[in-house]
Amino acid sequence: MSILSVDNLTIEFRQKRRVVTAVRNLSFEVARGETLAIVGESGCGKSLTALSLLGLLPPTGHVAAGHIRLEGRDLVGLSEPYLRDLRGRRIAMIFQEPMTALNPVLTIGEQIVEAIREHEAVSAAVARRRALALLDRVRIPDAARRFDDHPHRLSGGMRQRVMIAIALACSPAVLVADEPTTALDVTIQAQILSLIDELKRDSGTAVVLITHDLGVVAEHADRVLVMYAGRKVEEGQTDDLLARPLHPYTRGLIAARPDPERFLEGHRDRLTEIPGMVPPLWDMPTGCSFAPRCSFATAACALGQPPLLPYGDDASVACLRTGDIRAAERIPHPATAG
Amino acid sequence: MLQSVSRIRPQQADPPALEVEDLVVRFDTARGSLHAVDGVSFELQPGETLGLVGESGCGKSTLGRSILRLNEPAGGSIRLQGEELVGRSRRDLQPLRRRVQMVFQDPSASLDPRWTVGRLLAEPLEIHGIGNRRDRAERVRKLLAQVGLPVDAAQRYPHEFSGGQRQRIGIARALALEPDVIICDEPVSALDVSVQAQILNLLVDLQRNTGVALLFISHDLSVVEYIADRIAVMYLGRIVELAPRESLWRNPRHPYTRALLEAVPRLGGRRKPAAPLQGDLPSPYAPPAGCRFHTRCPFAVERCRSEQPQLSGVGHQVACHRADELIQPPA
Repeated sequence: MSILSVDNLTIEFRQKRRVVTAVRNLSFEVARGETLAIVGESGCGKSLTALSLLGLLPPTGHVAAGHIRLEGRDLVGLSEPYLRDLRGRRIAMIFQEPMTALNPVLTIGEQIVEAIREHEAVSAAVARRRALALLDRVRIPDAARRFDDHPHRLSGGMRQRVMIAIALACSPAVLVADEPTTALDVTIQAQILSLIDELKRDSGTAVVLITHDLGVVAEHADRVLVMYAGRKVEEGQTDDLLARPLHPYTRGLIAARPDPERFLEGHRDRLTEIPGMVPPLWDMPTGCSFAPRCSFATAACALGQPPLLPYGDDASVACLRTGDIRAAERIPHPATAG
Repeated sequence: MLQSVSRIRPQQADPPALEVEDLVVRFDTARGSLHAVDGVSFELQPGETLGLVGESGCGKSTLGRSILRLNEPAGGSIRLQGEELVGRSRRDLQPLRRRVQMVFQDPSASLDPRWTVGRLLAEPLEIHGIGNRRDRAERVRKLLAQVGLPVDAAQRYPHEFSGGQRQRIGIARALALEPDVIICDEPVSALDVSVQAQILNLLVDLQRNTGVALLFISHDLSVVEYIADRIAVMYLGRIVELAPRESLWRNPRHPYTRALLEAVPRLGGRRKPAAPLQGDLPSPYAPPAGCRFHTRCPFAVERCRSEQPQLSGVGHQVACHRADELIQPPA
């Protein structure tokens, strides 16, 4: 059963004098111990979705419709004191740039202790012991000495470990990680992501991983949700979706990635470009929002928004052309296969 | 659609477009002296792309900037088609400067927001006294076409363009003086993957059409593996490995290069990665003695702690005392 269930979420945003819809009719579920990756490019709505899960949308934005159910309880419309109680205790978040989330004037130890005592009536001594254990758990070397360091004394990777320690302080049911390694070097990224994987395995936390990097998805997510211009265009099991992407946008994202195995051997194939740009939120096409950039688009695609339809048992896609594209490539539909 | 582009072979008869020898760049700060680049040598042939890859703080950007003397070298030599740049006065540098141009990560920071794109592209021509007003307008039109922007872009301002288009403007500006070498410092790092593909294709096309040599600096190994003919891997101010891209990808020899390749997330999915590289980069103010990587290297022995390894080998060069013993990657 899912711990987090998002149902028809629509997020609106006030931008100058207009109201734009940044996320539209988004639904997904995450189960205990599962990592769901939400991928897409800048402006697709993935980060706003992440913020909305914790009731942290900026003042210009709000949830216009839908439900966000955390362990059965709807967070939409919940007042700030209730949200504050859930944040950190049942759902926690780590951000791309830990420095913006850490308090520069408190030591890292104080910040973890504060996170614990915010939600639990424990003595300072107990909280301190737990904070030290957390620093150990996220593999901060020499934790006892680091406890009294201020964030600026730490490297980017160490700060992200501290953020994870704070997020885990009260063993939340859901961890939302918004591009947690985008600002880090690749070897440090590998350390942080394997740490998140390990903590998830040990504690059964559900992880919502927001990322633009399909390589990170391939190695760390169980399921993937692809967003384009505020909508879900495809969702599926990671291995299936990456090996057999259904939506032309997902295909484009995969093909545009430079993949060394594909272009060694003395020739360099041109990378596949997705022509054009994402349409602005205030000027969305009436039909499929990807149609203007899509090489498979037909007249029908411009007429109306394609419905999100199930594909097989555990995938869904919002594309009118899925059947035709599959047929042209002689890939049987899972419902009729075998 | 996929379309093959044959590789451009460096022409052996020409002098290297760029030769860097034993380059040292030092920053003297309140915390002491920092050797950001410490004894780096390489050659770049006409029409070739050399990738320079490494993590933050390895000195790759400083190296790029020092070639344009944006950071002043403390020692060594930088030769542009045989002509020495180090030690020249600003005025003597000017005629050579037009032959090396730079493309930055954030084009907005290098494009004056109050100027039209047309004026931004004509400015380098004006500075170097090239052509009259009409010639320059004609050249601007050609440059816009070359980088895939519409002609009317000349009348518009940088903020009216998307990130990818602004990078096209930055590239057009670098091309204006028909340089022999372009230094690209993380040119696609701020771009979404679909736009990144557009810019990488553009750079490959431009190189094919103009024969310009590229020094392509990036933290992203997949991108460097795509665009570069040869790749230099930097760690704490030094090149630890320099090899043709295929050889580097298939047969990385330095333990750091291996760790870097191992850490690149791949679409192939869940490998059980060997233990990720432990620890952080040591402080560049006090780099470890001996091999600078020995503090994080699983293969380090006593010699690595005392004696600095030199880059050696033919074709595929590596700076590691144990490279010969470690030829087979650990299972």
